[in-house]
Amino acid sequence: MSKTGLIIRREYLTRVRKKSFIILTLLTPVFMAAMFVIPVLVMTSKGQETKRIAVVEQQGHFFKGKIHSTKYLKFDYLENVRLDSLKKHFDELGYYAILYISPKVGYIPSAVQLISHKQPSIEVVTYISETLKKEIERQKLLAYNIKDLDKILKSVETDIRLKTIIINAAGEEKETSTGIAMALAYISGLLIYMLTFMFGAMVMRGVIEEKTNRIVEVLISSVKPFQLMMGKIIGIALVGLTQFVLWIALTLVLVTATTGVVMHKSKGNSPIQVPASLFSDKADQTLQTPNPANTKVLGQEELSQAERMLNALKAVNWGLIIGAFILFFLGGYLLYASLFAAVGAAVDNETDTQQFMLPITIPLILALFIAMGTFQNPESQLAFWGSLIPFTSPVVMMARLPFGVPAWQLIVSIVLLFITFIGTAWVAAKIYRTGILMYGKKPTWKEMWKWIRFRNY
Amino acid sequence: MILFHADNIVKNFSNHRALDHVTIKVPENSIYGLLGPNGAGKTTLIRIINQITAPDEGTLTYLNRPMTREDIFTIGYLPEERGLYKKMKVGEQALYLAQLKGLSRHDALKQLKHWFEKFGIGSWWNKKVEELSKGMQQKVQFIVTVIHEPKLMIFDEPFTGFDPINTQQLKKEILSLREKGATIIFSTHDMGSVEELCDHITLINESRTLLEGPIGEVRERYSENEYELRFDGDVNLLTATLNSRFQILEHKKENKDSVVRIRMTNNGSPNDALHALLEAGKIISFNKITPRMNDIFIKVVSEYREKNNKTVTAEAENNK
Repeated sequence: MSKTGLIIRREYLTRVRKKSFIILTLLTPVFMAAMFVIPVLVMTSKGQETKRIAVVEQQGHFFKGKIHSTKYLKFDYLENVRLDSLKKHFDELGYYAILYISPKVGYIPSAVQLISHKQPSIEVVTYISETLKKEIERQKLLAYNIKDLDKILKSVETDIRLKTIIINAAGEEKETSTGIAMALAYISGLLIYMLTFMFGAMVMRGVIEEKTNRIVEVLISSVKPFQLMMGKIIGIALVGLTQFVLWIALTLVLVTATTGVVMHKSKGNSPIQVPASLFSDKADQTLQTPNPANTKVLGQEELSQAERMLNALKAVNWGLIIGAFILFFLGGYLLYASLFAAVGAAVDNETDTQQFMLPITIPLILALFIAMGTFQNPESQLAFWGSLIPFTSPVVMMARLPFGVPAWQLIVSIVLLFITFIGTAWVAAKIYRTGILMYGKKPTWKEMWKWIRFRNY
Repeated sequence: MILFHADNIVKNFSNHRALDHVTIKVPENSIYGLLGPNGAGKTTLIRIINQITAPDEGTLTYLNRPMTREDIFTIGYLPEERGLYKKMKVGEQALYLAQLKGLSRHDALKQLKHWFEKFGIGSWWNKKVEELSKGMQQKVQFIVTVIHEPKLMIFDEPFTGFDPINTQQLKKEILSLREKGATIIFSTHDMGSVEELCDHITLINESRTLLEGPIGEVRERYSENEYELRFDGDVNLLTATLNSRFQILEHKKENKDSVVRIRMTNNGSPNDALHALLEAGKIISFNKITPRMNDIFIKVVSEYREKNNKTVTAEAENNK
């Protein structure tokens, strides 16, 4: 085994065997799986309890039979009750809340109250106000005495779900989802940012450890400083890749296993489609389908929505995303890790790193900000340049990628990234080989500049 | 044969000159002592030999040819500031460092087993380094330094941190390494060990060589022709006879022995002194006093400093 190989092996094995590594590798997928599974669990368990709501009108019977019950909300229209006594006894009667409607509701928006012991959920509130609003609008229209109004209203009722289709040069069409693109962009951009920081700092701490241990002098008499630095950087890169692959694999296993169990359990008693509820915000869909007669139709529509989501998920070029993620993670990590290594070599202990960390953290944080802007406008000049300039490109390009990026930009960005890495590694190596044998005084920027320009070592 | 020759080495750091035309010639199969006060430039010289830094001027010759980067694999280096990975296991770490020195895994294991047994530390193999005492860590480091049987070994202050028993063991090992053909350069402040071990010495002070040569010669050079006479008899009688031809430095009673230290002058010889002693009483011992390395060290360095101070003050006065 070559010397660099030996160093890589040690750096890799000592880290992978650490308890903290094993715990982090195992726990993260549990959290990630929980992020997927818990909403599903919540949604499937919601059907357990039906809430009964008493509807009381101050005057008149404008809303009698107009507020339709749903699977989870049952409305009882009560006549001739006194609000005061109902307020005292409604929970004994089995009601969750009282909906008290004043006739002024037509022109005073706040003339309607929902009285309950507990804070009602946003879904309940939304459903009631939407229904009331529609009903009031209908009654106002009625006042114009239009013939066949109900028919007309029915015929004008529309629902819009914007289908986004990406068409490529070959004319192939793909249905996509902006939601999925956003989520992917956000997750991969943020992940690159976090991983670069995490593993870059790991390199820095490793260098400082060797320096404070003074083992570096023993090592440097057997291997070249450059081999030592690159061995460490590559070893830790492999640690990062191992962790990343394990995270993805374990998360997939956990999600499949748990959703499998959940879906099996909820089969037959819930109309909610698990994949749909995972990715759509239509969790309150059943609440918006007040007419029981309509439920079936809408249920089918929901299914097709889920199918659309699945199609959109399938339409994502996963090979490209994962491949690009690994390349940009590696490139970005290598670039920053060599700078982190130089900082580690320049100082004696971690508390001294602050001053030199600044020029490293600023471009990374800037990259994250540009990436956030990318979600609003993936085609902007800022996003374009941010995804080409090597110090920000890993984060920004990953944020742009799910929205579609021309191949040439991708290639130019990757090539630039790796060329810059060679440059930073060269500069870092110069600081590194001088720095690791310097103890005592914290070097100034001027001194570090001198180290870079030293021809001799 | 000269194994290693550093000729006229100059090394400048940003604000001072660490080595100023320093030359050392290390004969093969010898122990070469590198002496000097703190900050003299010893560690810099050692780093240059190890190719950790390059000299600004001067040449390095190793085995009669210019030294190359690859030569460091035939060198074993024990730095003054030494450390190990604290969280790593002793055996694993020793194996790693031995492999970095170019040994195959198999050979490294075999050698390590041998050395661990020799030092009686076989049971440490699976311990973490942080569980060991400093002296124990030093032993591991020593083993790792010599494991690949280097031609040239460089020990920078090898005895610091060792108790007398371990120091003794280490000295024994160093001597036996020389017997097996190794050449050893070591730097130390412990003049006792220099006398015990070294064949050659170089004394560096303020980046310049002050003294160089085989240790016997050096000590001879600084010997003041002094003798110590120890006998059972009349001191006054002896001093009276010796007084004409010798300079009496000191006479005293130690228990019931009389001890007299004399210095030869031009018209006396050791035999004359012995003659006189025969008549003075029962001879216990008659020794030539060879100066201790410690005394030579102090003398040379302080003389140099005095001279330098004078030049400095003279220069200062000239500038006025």
